[in-house]
Amino acid sequence: MSTRSVVTGIGVAAPNGLGTETYWARTRAGVSGIGPVANFDAGGYSSRLAGEVPGFEAEEYLPSRLLPQTDRMTRLALVAAEQALADARVLPSDDEALNRGVVTASSAGGFEFGQRELERFFGKGPEFMGAYMSFAWFYAVNTGQISIRNGLKGPGGVLVSDQAGGLDAIAQARRQLRRGSSLMVCGGVDGSICPWGWVARQTSGRFSTDDDPATAYLPFDSRAAGHVPAEGGAILVLEDAEAARRRGAPQIYGEIAGYAATFDPRPGSGRGPALRRALEGALADAGTAAEEIDVVFADASGTPELDLVEAEAIRAVFGDRPVPVTAPKTMLGRMDAGAASLDVAAALLAIRDGVIPPTINVRCSDRYPIDLVTGAPRPAPLRSALVVARGHGGFNSAVIVRGAATDTTTPPNARR
Amino acid sequence: MPQRTMEPGDLRRILAESAGVSQGVDLDGDIFDAEFPELGYDSIAVMEMATRITSEYGVAIDDDELWEAKTPRHLLDLVNRS
Repeated sequence: MSTRSVVTGIGVAAPNGLGTETYWARTRAGVSGIGPVANFDAGGYSSRLAGEVPGFEAEEYLPSRLLPQTDRMTRLALVAAEQALADARVLPSDDEALNRGVVTASSAGGFEFGQRELERFFGKGPEFMGAYMSFAWFYAVNTGQISIRNGLKGPGGVLVSDQAGGLDAIAQARRQLRRGSSLMVCGGVDGSICPWGWVARQTSGRFSTDDDPATAYLPFDSRAAGHVPAEGGAILVLEDAEAARRRGAPQIYGEIAGYAATFDPRPGSGRGPALRRALEGALADAGTAAEEIDVVFADASGTPELDLVEAEAIRAVFGDRPVPVTAPKTMLGRMDAGAASLDVAAALLAIRDGVIPPTINVRCSDRYPIDLVTGAPRPAPLRSALVVARGHGGFNSAVIVRGAATDTTTPPNARR
Repeated sequence: MPQRTMEPGDLRRILAESAGVSQGVDLDGDIFDAEFPELGYDSIAVMEMATRITSEYGVAIDDDELWEAKTPRHLLDLVNRS
């Protein structure tokens, strides 16, 4: 039995575009989605920029019954999941329902929903807090809602490892395919652009306080001073390659070929960061040499010491060979558990189209020994990509994505 | 007694606002003797309606009595005699 896990559908909700092809056209062109916070009045806070999905009217996409029970980020996740399933032409199936599951990543659950209900709880009393609070603000809510709405009754789960979760969820989905499931909907759509989400996370000290969208988030730049928070992410349909072939999946974007996760040592332990081991572990898991990687999608923290850790890890793994590195999230901001899933989608689309999307606004400092793709997209034949993600508190994850064109067992008519 | 009587139109609005409207259901139609599941509402939706009623009408609804309220008419009666 095949244990290869291939991506057959992609759904995207991003600050520079809702829908995969809109997002991708704008990302190739370097179009930013960062601007002043629109979802609430952030004027009184020290950070006032965000990446927010523009013009999203949930009632245009979702049934009325779901609206009172969902946070904004859950609505975006449901829309991205439906796009991914439609892209993969997956139809509801009672026979297959138990073989199809959902794994998502989350950093904070439905924070805006939670804030509203907790205001009622503390302001008026427990009897004023709504019943939907019982699930709408929890980490696992997107997994549950996607499962119910699409009849996916197989394994379910949620990964909570901040920004690394966007890769960890895809890896967990891959494990479920190896255990016998035929299809997993996976990834992350996240965001908590609300007062509670703001004050809770400003304490990290990593939110940029710059008011200029063109300079607020500049990873690998000597001017770097934190990041812009964002909402959005990507949902993928991941299938066992043989199952995808049997059902006639319309396309195979590529394979999740390798994965590894590590955790940084305790501060003060004297031991170095564990990011390099995650990159090496993912390569080993994929059976891929560093020379075979054509592009790296960086975590791109925007915090100088973390940028240096990442640049040095890339340098250590790839040696003097200048592998291109890019950070399209400079157009979007950092969307917590959604970010790395979207980077995996971007890597698959980059491989499909033979083009590396640019890192915008950044002038790469000599301090960072990497070949950062800045300014304009760079055409290049791409077969394999490395996606890096780190979560606050020490999470490191890496995924190797391999394009479908190098997949010798896929019939030509399934390629794209 | 509640501070004011809940009229049928108020309940139609509260159903829609607190739990949405299922496809194929007309809340302006003849709904008062339909059981909640027929209208697409599960038990958590009914609990959400009760919370909204408590907020607007200042009446606390007893959980056991709420479970006995199978239709909008039962719920309306329950609120107006609380």
